[in-house]
Amino acid sequence: MRVKSFFSKKTVALSLALASFAGLFSGCVGSDSDTKAPETIAITNVSYDPTRELYEQYNKLFAAYWKKEKGQDVTVTQSHGGSGKQARSVLEGNEADVVTLALEGDIDELRKAGLIEDGWVQELEKNSAPYTSTIVFLVRKGNPKGIKDWDDLVKPGVEVITPDPKSSGGARWNFLAAWAFFGKLTGATEETQKEQIKALYSNVTVLDSGARGSTTTFVENGQGDVLLAWENEAFLSLKEHPGDFEIITPSLSILAQPSVAVVDANAKKHGTEEVSKAYLAYLYSEEAQRLAGQNYYRPSNAAILKEFDTTFDLQIALVSIDGDFGGWEAATAKFFADGAIFDQIYKK
Amino acid sequence: MRVLGLRKAPSRRKGVIPGFGLCMGVTLSMLSLVVLIPLASVFLILKDFSLHEFWNVISDRQTVATYRVSLGCAFTAAAVNVLFGVLLAWVLTRYKFPGKRILDGLIELPFALPTAVAGIALTTLYSNKGWVGSLFERMGVKISYTTVGITIAMIFIGIPFVVRSIQPVLEKLDAQYEEAAAILGASRARTFFKVILPEILPAALTGFGLAFARSIGEYGSVVFIAGNIPYRTQITPLIIMNKLEQFNYPAATSIALVMIVFSFIVLFGIHVLSARVNKIAGGGAGG
Amino acid sequence: MKGKITRWVLVGLGVLFIALMLLLPLAAVLVYALRQGWATFLSAVTDTYAIKALQLTLLAAGITLAINTVFGLFAAWAITKFRFRGKQALTTLIDIPFSISPIVAGLVFIVVFGRIGWAYPLLEAWNIKIVFAVPGIVLATIFVTFPFVSRELIPLMQASGSDEETAAALMGARGLRIFRRVTLPHIKWGLLYGVILCTARALGEFGAVSVVSGHLRGKTNTLPLHVEILYSEFRLTAAFSVASVLVVIAVLILILRNIVEHKLKREERL
Repeated sequence: MRVKSFFSKKTVALSLALASFAGLFSGCVGSDSDTKAPETIAITNVSYDPTRELYEQYNKLFAAYWKKEKGQDVTVTQSHGGSGKQARSVLEGNEADVVTLALEGDIDELRKAGLIEDGWVQELEKNSAPYTSTIVFLVRKGNPKGIKDWDDLVKPGVEVITPDPKSSGGARWNFLAAWAFFGKLTGATEETQKEQIKALYSNVTVLDSGARGSTTTFVENGQGDVLLAWENEAFLSLKEHPGDFEIITPSLSILAQPSVAVVDANAKKHGTEEVSKAYLAYLYSEEAQRLAGQNYYRPSNAAILKEFDTTFDLQIALVSIDGDFGGWEAATAKFFADGAIFDQIYKK
Repeated sequence: MRVLGLRKAPSRRKGVIPGFGLCMGVTLSMLSLVVLIPLASVFLILKDFSLHEFWNVISDRQTVATYRVSLGCAFTAAAVNVLFGVLLAWVLTRYKFPGKRILDGLIELPFALPTAVAGIALTTLYSNKGWVGSLFERMGVKISYTTVGITIAMIFIGIPFVVRSIQPVLEKLDAQYEEAAAILGASRARTFFKVILPEILPAALTGFGLAFARSIGEYGSVVFIAGNIPYRTQITPLIIMNKLEQFNYPAATSIALVMIVFSFIVLFGIHVLSARVNKIAGGGAGG
Repeated sequence: MKGKITRWVLVGLGVLFIALMLLLPLAAVLVYALRQGWATFLSAVTDTYAIKALQLTLLAAGITLAINTVFGLFAAWAITKFRFRGKQALTTLIDIPFSISPIVAGLVFIVVFGRIGWAYPLLEAWNIKIVFAVPGIVLATIFVTFPFVSRELIPLMQASGSDEETAAALMGARGLRIFRRVTLPHIKWGLLYGVILCTARALGEFGAVSVVSGHLRGKTNTLPLHVEILYSEFRLTAAFSVASVLVVIAVLILILRNIVEHKLKREERL
């Protein structure tokens, strides 16, 4: 019984182990070398859930524009998910060139982390919000529960679907719109506002972690009587399921401004600053504004918005985050931080 | 003589079977690289966190409520699984019937089916508009988006652990044993409770522990079916996600740490238990 | 007579439980996948992003398999053929990934390799990306399936004892040869069984991977992540179509496992 061995067992085993680990990491080096070639350029747009359809179309529009302008082929890699989750992934090292998120506050976290330069809000027109939206109600066909306005949502027996404001950008807009409405009622104090909000949230049967999750819960899985939804999301549901749902516009809602920004640190690293800036600036072009309108976002360009006056209820009274809540920083601290009003309403 | 140092010569058979150093080396270094170092890094996040803050986060009422939901549902699910696990293992080892091999093969399905797919399928099925959920709705029972739904998802992922823990023991258990008991006049039920149950109890406990530990942390299949209402249907992994989404890394890590410690305790208990069982069954593994 | 009734009641209960808990979800996936006909099904599964996701899933599972098998063999050998202090602790540590929440598993890699992690400056200097790139997905998959192979091997090798290996060693055989000639024949089906389970789990991992993926389309989306994306894109049928691909893979794996297990049992009987 003689042992024939070319290598000692140690070498074999060690090299096996090392090789497998080396193999693991080899896939990643130099992966962005192909993006630096002059005739093609690649950028990554980290966005939130409801913009999938919009950016799918916009990327084609922009690619055509950029090809004409610079003769360069541009490919845009999209990433979608809950707004907060997406911001966090960029913070943790997901190298987005541009972010197009639901909340100014989410993008501002990236500024605080040093990824985006100060003053990004003023970088683009209209506070870097190329399109806006608002919060509406989506109800089932025929509106069986007779829901007309926010105060109908606190009635017993009405089941409300909305996402969790702790984790979802859209959910914060929902919460603030309701808060604003209850604040405008006669004789309202902060205490009555809290009580009403508490009653509203005790009617919530499923509190998904993201806006898309809520829509799926309401639309596909048939939960609840009313969905508090982004206006664009509500229209999309109507389009996907014609005849199943109705949109109810409340008497008062909030001007939701999804923000966009170039992630300066990443764009610099990838050498994509020029194209990234152009990518966002082109969102304000007439074609892009119209595209936003077709995807049920309210164009920030007033003239283009007028073209969609049959789609959108332009009469709705809108409060704004800066005007009525003192900006995101203050609103977050007051309502959504740990132990703040949203947590309080769930305490017994 | 019984136990010796980790890197020291193993036993009286010192040097006979080669490769202790090598195996231990590879095992420990891979374990460190993949599991231990990353896990230990969790503590680095907590370095600016005082003990007081740590305690506040993990003992917050809403967080404690998620432990209750997670542990309660996992416990119920594991208990249901032990019940049906014993039944299935019994049926699979003692009876012959058509389709037995298919049934046997299906047990591992929850391993093989991606958790997200399972979650989506279960939610659709058990929501009050789904095939099964609509039947229960008529009886006034809501499944999806309640703790019942969470428990069902956890039962789903826990089945193989229990069945596969008990099955080998039942297989080894000599049928003559039972026959002897029967001949001696013991009733079937008595035979089961007095002869068989004590034999499979340790394996059932192991299965229970594994299913329980797996269920506590389960995310993919539970997240779709959980309603995420604070104090009622919010599970611990979801509140970790919530803290993360607020960029509160120390808080998320603190709660994660509680889960890690808990998993470790459950698993360690299982290992001690099964080592003891092995010792009883085989006179001690390896001498 | 009474025995027969008990027997059928028990079999019936078992079958009912499995049907309700396991078969029905499976059936639901397939029915939903095909409810809009084959054309929709085919276009969903042959979509560029779906194929890219499948490739990534297979790649991750392949690497995971290689690494976990190597680890499983070494760990099982170390644990079963020697005696040392702290064996219980070691086996527990190996099993940890098994019961750790996938979310936590993903998070630990973020706190090591992410922008907030301690290894980030190092990676940055070498221009290596781990999380939000393919290596991170592979790492998370390895982590989650780490104990699968060793868990299958340890009881098997424990049961067969180490007498044969000792004898072989005393006759002068060296480690690798002992392993190949003495140990491997005993454990080969068990090893295969572990490998199959590990593959199944690696193909389907969702939670941990979703934390480290970044959801970059066509780049870091695995097939289970792609299912979730389709699901939240209102493309329910497409989601179930892609899911059904995963279901078919899972069923194939189970059939394979069944065959292996029968071989394993036959061998045990010999």
